[in-house]
Amino acid sequence: MDLSFSKEELAFRDEVRSFFRDNLPPAIREKIVEGHHVSKEDLVTWSRILNKKGWGVPHWPVAHGGTGWSPVQQYIFLEELQATPAPSPLAFGVNMVGPVIYTFGNEEQKKYYLPRIANLDDWWCQGFSEPGSGSDLASLKTSAKRKGDVYVINGQKTWTTLAQYADWIFCLCRTDPSAKKQSGISFILVDMKSRGITVRPIQTIDGGREVNEVFFDDVEVPVTNLVGEENKGWDYAKFLLGNERTNIARVGMSKERIRRIKELASQVMAGDRPVIEDPRFRERLAATEIELKALELTQMRVVANESKNGKGKPDPASSILKIKGSEIQQTITELLLDVIGPFGAPYAPEQDDGGNELADWTTTIAPGYFNYRKVSIYGGSNEIQRNIIAKAVLGL
Amino acid sequence: MDFDLSEEQRLLKDSVDGLLGDSYDFEQRKKYGAEKGGWSKSVWSKFAEQGLLGLPFSESDGGFGAGAVETMIVMEALGKALVLEPYLATVVLGGGFLRHCGSAAQKAEHLPSLIDGSKTLAFAQLEKNSRYDLADVSTTAKKSGAGFVIDGEKFVVLHGDTADTLVVTARTGGGQRDRAGIGAFLVPANAKGVTVKGYPTQDGLRAADITFNGVEVGADAALGDPANALPLIEQVVDDARIALCAEAVGAMEESLKTTVEYIKTRNQFGVAIGTFQALQHRGSDMFVALEQARSMSYFATMAGTFDDARERATAVAAAKVQIGRSARFVGQQAIQLHGGVGMTMEFKIGHYFKRLTMIESAFGDADYHLRRVSDLGGLVGDQ
Repeated sequence: MDLSFSKEELAFRDEVRSFFRDNLPPAIREKIVEGHHVSKEDLVTWSRILNKKGWGVPHWPVAHGGTGWSPVQQYIFLEELQATPAPSPLAFGVNMVGPVIYTFGNEEQKKYYLPRIANLDDWWCQGFSEPGSGSDLASLKTSAKRKGDVYVINGQKTWTTLAQYADWIFCLCRTDPSAKKQSGISFILVDMKSRGITVRPIQTIDGGREVNEVFFDDVEVPVTNLVGEENKGWDYAKFLLGNERTNIARVGMSKERIRRIKELASQVMAGDRPVIEDPRFRERLAATEIELKALELTQMRVVANESKNGKGKPDPASSILKIKGSEIQQTITELLLDVIGPFGAPYAPEQDDGGNELADWTTTIAPGYFNYRKVSIYGGSNEIQRNIIAKAVLGL
Repeated sequence: MDFDLSEEQRLLKDSVDGLLGDSYDFEQRKKYGAEKGGWSKSVWSKFAEQGLLGLPFSESDGGFGAGAVETMIVMEALGKALVLEPYLATVVLGGGFLRHCGSAAQKAEHLPSLIDGSKTLAFAQLEKNSRYDLADVSTTAKKSGAGFVIDGEKFVVLHGDTADTLVVTARTGGGQRDRAGIGAFLVPANAKGVTVKGYPTQDGLRAADITFNGVEVGADAALGDPANALPLIEQVVDDARIALCAEAVGAMEESLKTTVEYIKTRNQFGVAIGTFQALQHRGSDMFVALEQARSMSYFATMAGTFDDARERATAVAAAKVQIGRSARFVGQQAIQLHGGVGMTMEFKIGHYFKRLTMIESAFGDADYHLRRVSDLGGLVGDQ
């Protein structure tokens, strides 16, 4: 047992750390530190910097542009990326649809889509949830009826993150209405420019518009856009959701946020002393740091297990990463809120292209807190994660 | 980065688990607890035969030169079986002082009988007002000729009523809470002026309140520097905290396992109560608490070897916070999910709960260690 990184792993860490430091445009870093929205342009710029270096999709198989890194190296890469802090690559492409395409897609699909995902030439969004299908995703109703060489899609998706930027959406659609719930679902790629698609933004409680409703009204999609086999989409979706969980602890990001809290809490005064010197505040912060350290070790255990046993089935222990990771991220937004106190009150919502002249770092803190209530809801709510542990780990 | 046990470590784990599997079920434990002194001499001999008592000592001292991971393996197993024998008091605490700074003569006198199981030790540290502060020492060790005279009172000395030799913290100089002027002394339990009042503790183990009244010891009784032994005491106590973390992980693991088995078999409303989501989620939360505690037990085990005392102290304190919180949650919920039978002496789950509760406050509870982590600047430093 050895919990420290090897000399090679430390050298690798230094390499990625200095690459991020030297190549991330400072203005983008500044935006993340201060809690502002990162624009579409920012993410495209950064994704292309990474891709040029060969790091656009490090976890993919080498044949499709991956790096061949070990799970430990991939873990270090993500940790350092978040700790810089740099924008995370667009998950809908690189973590979700990309792996589905290279695992279940045909050669033509791989050849066309994968390089465009790695370079963020195509912005992808996720068409899973529907108004009536959240945790019970398999109850989805959006239908795709075969008509000659096309599917005709009708229905509605919701909570579609950043659909306003999207070139493509990957959808779960019901292709066999007579089949039982999980069977009869297909995984279909849809061009967002198709006739009959309407995107309507949903304003969330923080004032932002990162999620949308997407309506499909007789949208015709070539049958060649089906991934894998018809009616097997549920298997691909489960595979995709399993990949989603391993990435969700976000320890590096939480470390960066704690550094930020320490910096701000040393500056913001509470009476005759900075907030950081309030013993109650300090202890709450220390308690969060301890939880985070435990999570970091748990994440390393999952990664080490993956190194040993290969990727394969997702480790049910990764549900811990989702539960604790989201709780810690939320606690951190609470601590930030408590640092800023009454000066967090002014409301200056920022929209897609950033602009609001009243916005500064103080106006991002309360919205960050409101917005982060989402992290225990999305990606399989924390209650669903508890169901998974009860079933897969405890055998209940 | 590697969480695997080496081949030798796996063998050790198998042999300890095997030994306890054969000789330490809940009914056997009751018998051992009823023996004189509150633990079993024959089990202790088996520990000696299997080399468990000599594990951390160097080969030149008659031990096996094993490291922190091996102690963790043993303590986890002891926690799982809820072992009553004085392993922590003798091997980790008493033996820890000898290992870290015993003179050749002290080692020669004490280690062979420790390793062969014929003698045990205990650590007399807690005082009426000291609570968790290791520097708060009122017991005095006054220079007298070549040796010292010890006067004072120590409380809740774990296994103090059966120990042959006590390691006693006492002040050779300075004021009650000064870091300087503290010594650690080897004192025979039967020395003139030592009065031992033994009693059972809440978790079925035993402890003693011990009075030292003009107890004369030689200069060779001092472990390390009699004027500045606090860093040594802190190191040995950190080792004990690390060991307690592992013991708690073992006890929590067994508590969860027992609880899950129970709710799978207990029927109400015509079904196993484990089919109810409220109970499933509680079980999942117990699992999360256990695994977070296990992660921190690993972290503390590794940190025990850090050279930087501050880094070690922060890591061990952080682990003790996590273990304290997880232990309280897992222990309480194990009782809750058992319902009425969890409240009974005859069912084993309550005994796990009680041991976990005693571990929580041993050498600092979660609040105390949280304050320490906070004062030491936390765990997330500059990048």
